[in-house]
Amino acid sequence: MTRKITLTINGAKRSDSVEPRMLLIHYLRDVAGFTGPHIGCETSICGACTVHLDGKAIKSCTLFAVQADGRQVLTIEGLAVDGKLDPMQEAFWNEHGLQCGYCTPGMIMTAKQIVERNPHPTDEEIRHGLEGNLCRCTGYQHIVNAVRAAAGKA
Amino acid sequence: MATITSKPETLVGKRIRRREDPRLITGTATYLDDIQLPGMHHACIVRSRHGAAKIKSINIQPALDLPGVFAVFTGKDTEKVGPVPCGASLPGLRVPHHHLLAMDRVYFVGHPVAVVVATDRYVARDAADLVEVDYEPLPAVTDPEKAIAPGAPPVHPEWPDNTAFTFHQEGGEVDKAFAEAEVIVKERIISQRLIPAAMETRGAVADWKVGDKTLTVHASTQNPHLLRSILAAMLGIAENRLRIVAPEIGGGFGSKIQIYAEEALMGFISMKLGKPVKWIESRRENFMGTIHGRGHVDYYEVAAKRDGTILAIKLKLIQDLGAFHTLLTPAIPTLSVLMMPGLYDCKSIRADIVGVFTNCMATDAYRGAGRPEATHGIERMVDILAAELKLDPAEIRFKNFVKKDAFPYSTATGLIYDSGDYAAPLQKALDNAGYKELRAEQQKARTAGRLMGVGMSAYGEICAFGPSPATPAGGWESATVKIEPNGGVTVMTGSSAHGQGHETTFGQIAADELGVGMEDVQVLHGDTSVVQYGIGTFGSRSVSVGGPAIYYAIQELKEKIKKYGAMLLGTDDVSYANGTCIDNKTGKSMPLAQIAAASYRAMQLPPNTEPGLVATYFWEPSNFTFPFGAHIIVTEVDRDTGAIAIKRYVAVDDCGKIINPLLVDGQVHGGVAQGLGQALWEQVVYDDNGQLVTGEFMDYAMPRASNMPWIETSHTTTPSPVNPLGVKGVGEAGTIGCSPALVNSVVDALSPLGVRHIDMPLTPEKIWKLVERGGKA
Repeated sequence: MTRKITLTINGAKRSDSVEPRMLLIHYLRDVAGFTGPHIGCETSICGACTVHLDGKAIKSCTLFAVQADGRQVLTIEGLAVDGKLDPMQEAFWNEHGLQCGYCTPGMIMTAKQIVERNPHPTDEEIRHGLEGNLCRCTGYQHIVNAVRAAAGKA
Repeated sequence: MATITSKPETLVGKRIRRREDPRLITGTATYLDDIQLPGMHHACIVRSRHGAAKIKSINIQPALDLPGVFAVFTGKDTEKVGPVPCGASLPGLRVPHHHLLAMDRVYFVGHPVAVVVATDRYVARDAADLVEVDYEPLPAVTDPEKAIAPGAPPVHPEWPDNTAFTFHQEGGEVDKAFAEAEVIVKERIISQRLIPAAMETRGAVADWKVGDKTLTVHASTQNPHLLRSILAAMLGIAENRLRIVAPEIGGGFGSKIQIYAEEALMGFISMKLGKPVKWIESRRENFMGTIHGRGHVDYYEVAAKRDGTILAIKLKLIQDLGAFHTLLTPAIPTLSVLMMPGLYDCKSIRADIVGVFTNCMATDAYRGAGRPEATHGIERMVDILAAELKLDPAEIRFKNFVKKDAFPYSTATGLIYDSGDYAAPLQKALDNAGYKELRAEQQKARTAGRLMGVGMSAYGEICAFGPSPATPAGGWESATVKIEPNGGVTVMTGSSAHGQGHETTFGQIAADELGVGMEDVQVLHGDTSVVQYGIGTFGSRSVSVGGPAIYYAIQELKEKIKKYGAMLLGTDDVSYANGTCIDNKTGKSMPLAQIAAASYRAMQLPPNTEPGLVATYFWEPSNFTFPFGAHIIVTEVDRDTGAIAIKRYVAVDDCGKIINPLLVDGQVHGGVAQGLGQALWEQVVYDDNGQLVTGEFMDYAMPRASNMPWIETSHTTTPSPVNPLGVKGVGEAGTIGCSPALVNSVVDALSPLGVRHIDMPLTPEKIWKLVERGGKA
């Protein structure tokens, strides 16, 4: 049993037939070919799979693909426009906000939402905003620096 | 043709942002699970739900009946493959035969029992639930001290004492020192089991090409060549027919050094079925089936004089090994013994290790691997001794440090510390923290009834693994450096990055040595069909062993460049600098790109010189390197909740010469996060039946952004004489320095209540109970 869904990913509309139980992250990665978002836990704890759904950061491992029917998805691949990095991407690069890079796509999508909601967050507010995203490499300090640097530029 | 820029400025020592980042921040890097091959199948592993049980029967038919299921394999099918290897050797070591899949018995929760192969990952997971395994549960034992007590259930029936090995090391005159000691302090100190938890779990994609009889295994590994050698032996194929590709790797921290059953299983399945097959570990599997770290119960005794001089150290180390040995399991506690004296001039030590089987996953190398445990032990004992003698913890450290003029320094454990100035980072940390003012502030806080603590650690570590005789599989590293016909530089390193930033640091070294720009240097690693044999990335060895291999390959190359330059410039007196050969007599010059083109065109060759510009160097270090440093942490304990607030974190690390300060800061921060994780929150809990209670991120408290303090980093620089770059290594420093400083700080905060020691993790519950009970555990 499959169901047809139609959605917009990074500005491009597409339709696919998916099993109702297929997770959005598996749909994005295995069906639509957007392997930027990663799977770190499948239990919504780690945030590696974070994408924006209708402009809100969500964990795509705990949503079914069918729940994204008719909606707008933005993944990390959709941030840079015509090869120009988003200020948040640029800030992660400048501030060494990543090491192995596995959590990074989710981290950047969450960081985008933090500064969209609060253009001038304090360090405490940044850290609070990043609570749903785990990183095992950086100790978060350079990530906080990156979000602070990008704030106001996004 | 690319424009090759000559570049007079040096890059080594500069804060340069990483070259690997553009692909990582745009989501265009290729990690293991991003690999899709035509006709690829998916595997799911059926794992034991019991800590110990007999397998009475396995019925695979219901799984096979599910549409989309291609095959199911059990232990009988894979009996002749393997075994999963232990590379460590110790006298009398008991090594249980480690089959890929359980035979008639399971030994820990997560033990692989069967593997299902299906067309799709969802079907594979469905089918795994349909495999019927009939178990007869047996008593399990998960606590290493209980396991060696009389009457404990045997993990392996053939070894009822649950002892895999005992190990004794002694140096100096321990008995005499204890007999003459003016004071003896003793403590039982636990370094609890931890989960490495790289954000990318493990996995493997195996692809057997039947026509060529070649197997490619894409694997999330820290050491692709070692994996190739061992996997070839496990699968019974020639090593030159096996290619290992380490794609982008999402962290390792030691847990991707080992050769696991699943990598061999995927090779076996692909060869058996003639299809590519993928297995990606779930997070739950990662917690139960990827190695754990630490797992010590340590009994320390320190003999000293009343002035604080440390005379001798005794240690009984009970190492929880788990049920089977993975690659380095039994070797890890021997590293703790090597580091026992820490930075102190103590010439008498005695250590006895008991390696204990338990019904748990294997312990093995996790960031620091034996050295955090040793440092935690000695740094706690020094504080306990200071408290006993009413000495300042900084003063007792200064008193006992190996003195600056004593290097190279031979330790009682047989090491030769390469270089050091141990007082320097501690003094700098005290200055940075404002130690005197902090003590004054603490007095005021205590008067006001607040529980404020100041704690420190002075740590040393062993890095740059290492001289080959000291390692199980060779301790050298390799590099091939090629100047391509257009002058571009390709560096192939046997070291294999999984987040460290080799492409940047090695690029800096190569660009400086050749006098070209970073953009002209391409660094390749991780693919055994591209890169010459290498050892890999672990034990803070990449820059300190892999870096010199690149350096020496380039020195050879420069000699060849000069030969071509002399010929082309028509002179016998050339020098090479800034990517250009110069005729020292006339000042005429020729850029590298032109020399490279001529060397490949080979219309004319210098005497006794081959065409092309390629050099390969295998560098064998003569010694380890020994970085060191000091961390100071200021804490305050909330009496009402037991919560610990970290007010200041001051880290001063000496990792020798620094290639890229930005990346070094990143390593220290990340290391500290893992050290704080151990000190405050993380612990693996198995219940008495062998159930893994902390089986997910939900139950295992990894540090989050909001938990982490601001870390104030700085450095002292003591170059290593072991290698020409003067580098030492920094990958594990933060982890090693952190946990004793944190516990020392909290014990200091609670010392007015008479608290002398607290075992990690310092959870609010534990601290609250201590405060409530007036300091009594």
